[in-house]
Amino acid sequence: MDNNFSSTDLEFQQEVRAFFKSAYTPDLQAKVESGEDHKGVAIEWQNKLNAQGWFAVDWPVEVGGTGWTPVQKFIFETERCEAGAPDVVPFGVKMVAPVIFTFGNDEQKKRFLPRILSSEDWWCQGYSEPGAGSDLAALQTKATKDGDDYIVNGAKIWTTYAQSADWIFCLVRTGTFEKRQQGISFLLIDMTSEGIQVNPIHSIDNHHSLNEVVFDNVRVPQENLIGVENQGWTYAKALLAHERTSIAGVADSRRWLRDIIELSKEQTNYKGKLIDDPQFQTRLSDIEIELMALEYMELRVLAKLSSGATPGPESSLLKIKGTEIQQALQELRMQTIGAYSGSLHLDDFENDLHRRGSNSRRAYMYGRAATIYGGSNEVQRNVIAKAVLGL
Amino acid sequence: MNFDYSEEQNLLKESIVRWAQDNYSFDQRRLGADSDNGFSQEHYNTFAELGWLSVPFSEDNGGYGGSVVDVAAVMEEFGKALVVEPVFPNLILFGGLLERSTNEAIKAELIPQVIDGSLMGAVALYEPQARFDASNIATTATEAGGGYSLNGHKSVVLGGAHAKKLIVVARTDGDQTDENGLSLFLIDANADGVKVNTYPLMDGQQVADIHFNNASAQLISELGNAGSAVHQVLDLAHVALCAEAVGLMEVLNRTTVEYTKTRKQFGVTISSFQALQHRMVDTFMSYEQVKSLLVGTLVELTDERTSPERASKMINALRTLVAKNGKHIGDEAIQLHGGMGLTDEMNVGHYHKRIMMINLMFGNGDFFQHQFNQVAYGN
Repeated sequence: MDNNFSSTDLEFQQEVRAFFKSAYTPDLQAKVESGEDHKGVAIEWQNKLNAQGWFAVDWPVEVGGTGWTPVQKFIFETERCEAGAPDVVPFGVKMVAPVIFTFGNDEQKKRFLPRILSSEDWWCQGYSEPGAGSDLAALQTKATKDGDDYIVNGAKIWTTYAQSADWIFCLVRTGTFEKRQQGISFLLIDMTSEGIQVNPIHSIDNHHSLNEVVFDNVRVPQENLIGVENQGWTYAKALLAHERTSIAGVADSRRWLRDIIELSKEQTNYKGKLIDDPQFQTRLSDIEIELMALEYMELRVLAKLSSGATPGPESSLLKIKGTEIQQALQELRMQTIGAYSGSLHLDDFENDLHRRGSNSRRAYMYGRAATIYGGSNEVQRNVIAKAVLGL
Repeated sequence: MNFDYSEEQNLLKESIVRWAQDNYSFDQRRLGADSDNGFSQEHYNTFAELGWLSVPFSEDNGGYGGSVVDVAAVMEEFGKALVVEPVFPNLILFGGLLERSTNEAIKAELIPQVIDGSLMGAVALYEPQARFDASNIATTATEAGGGYSLNGHKSVVLGGAHAKKLIVVARTDGDQTDENGLSLFLIDANADGVKVNTYPLMDGQQVADIHFNNASAQLISELGNAGSAVHQVLDLAHVALCAEAVGLMEVLNRTTVEYTKTRKQFGVTISSFQALQHRMVDTFMSYEQVKSLLVGTLVELTDERTSPERASKMINALRTLVAKNGKHIGDEAIQLHGGMGLTDEMNVGHYHKRIMMINLMFGNGDFFQHQFNQVAYGN
């Protein structure tokens, strides 16, 4: 038993640390924290990563990725969080790209992957529908063949950043079979196509990132089909495993915890400091102790992956515990800051505490999504019940 | 990076598994537990023959030279088998303090007897007024005729009912709650001035409150300087108990899942109910959390770069989580067994009582979380 990185990994860690220190400049940090021009700032940061060759973390080398081992990815993610740098926008590089380079044809790889790497194409995900949430296989959006095209009709929902996306990757129904999972295809659709309407959904964080996307006789060339018709479910499932490996968010939560501790040293409580309040300390350690356990849960999964295993149902466990901890931290941060955490302001702050309070409110409110998306935590429990406990 | 037990540790674990399969069914175990002694001397002798009792002792003292990871490997298996024989009080507590004695002659004489199973010992440390504070010691030792004379009252002495020899932590200097001024004394349990009042605990252990009234004892540590030895032994004891608890929790979860797959109500097995499935997933996660934190603690405690503060943080975090999650798992095991969970004939209640007892030993969840807070956030 040991938790030592190899010397090669330790060198890599130094390299990554140095990179974040020089690349994530105070200027860029200020832009990220302002929350303005989300897309422009994200592209600026992603281009920096891409120039270093470190944008496509999960891609193999042949298609322009890093080809990193699970341990290297873990180190990179940890160092990113330590530096306070933002995550990349996942829909292109982390979500659709693995499907394209795994199941797509050469033409599609050539056409889409370079433009994802350069952040020229902005993607969004068309999975959920008004009638298909946790029960994704109930989806109804139809694609019917017409000459060289499909004609798509239906609606997708909860589509993050659809308002600024160039492309959407969709699961659509192309056939009717006894098993609902059959008859689903994976289709790439140009967002400028005629017949697409994006309706904003304003969420409880008083912000607009979610949308409904309505397809009304939208014409999509058949060459935009990934892999084989009616096999899309398999491709999407493979992608979900990708999505869940880093879902625990340990490094991010650790940074949140540190931030709360720092804040609580500045905040007063009765006549002392908040950090010295035993009740507050217990709220902190309730979370910190669970986070310490989660850290080693993740490392144990990582050690398994490193020895060649594929991600299994453990990822459901990481998702549940990881998101519960994130939400607990979001709430405690609001409580630590106090009444400023109710503020709806996005600029013109009275002071820095006001800014952080308003951000905390947004993070908490939008953070409710974490236990719902990527397969709700209840669905994850179903997965564990079946796959691990054999119930 | 590797979080598995080594091949050697797995062999050790497997030898315990095999022994338990052949010799330690729930009914066989009860024969020892329900006897006057509270355990089977025969089983204990087998442990000695198989070398398990040598694990925590250094090679210099004739032991196996096991690390905290080896101790955890053994204790986890003993937990799974719900071993009631007094391995913990004899090896980890009595043996632990014996190894830290400064009297080489005593060590050379007694440690081999602990390893071969012929000597039962106990540590008399905690007192009625001290609750979980190992420094709150009113028992005094005063010089008398070339030796020392002990006076005081020690409570819930583990292994105290059948110990032949006692190591007593007594005050030779300072106020009642001073961390300094503590010394170790060796005394026969049947010596003059020693009164041993035995009673059973809920987990089947036979323990004792022990009263000392001008009892002559032998100093076996530096005078007034035994505090750090006590804390070192307690640190190992905390990890050993948590490893045992992890074994207990694993069995409770497994037993419960299997039970719900056979128990039928409303014409179906109750394992088909989602309300119960999710509760069993939650207890599974509770177990995985504790197992992961145990592994993390073992890894960090055996890493020389780990600071004393970090070590203390890990141990207190682990004991806090064991207290919370152990209770969660035990309570749910009983609940999901329904009325059967209340019966003495089912093993779940017995496993849960052992967890409850562990969570009262040398501190409870609140106590350890408070200590964690002090290390992590100060003041």
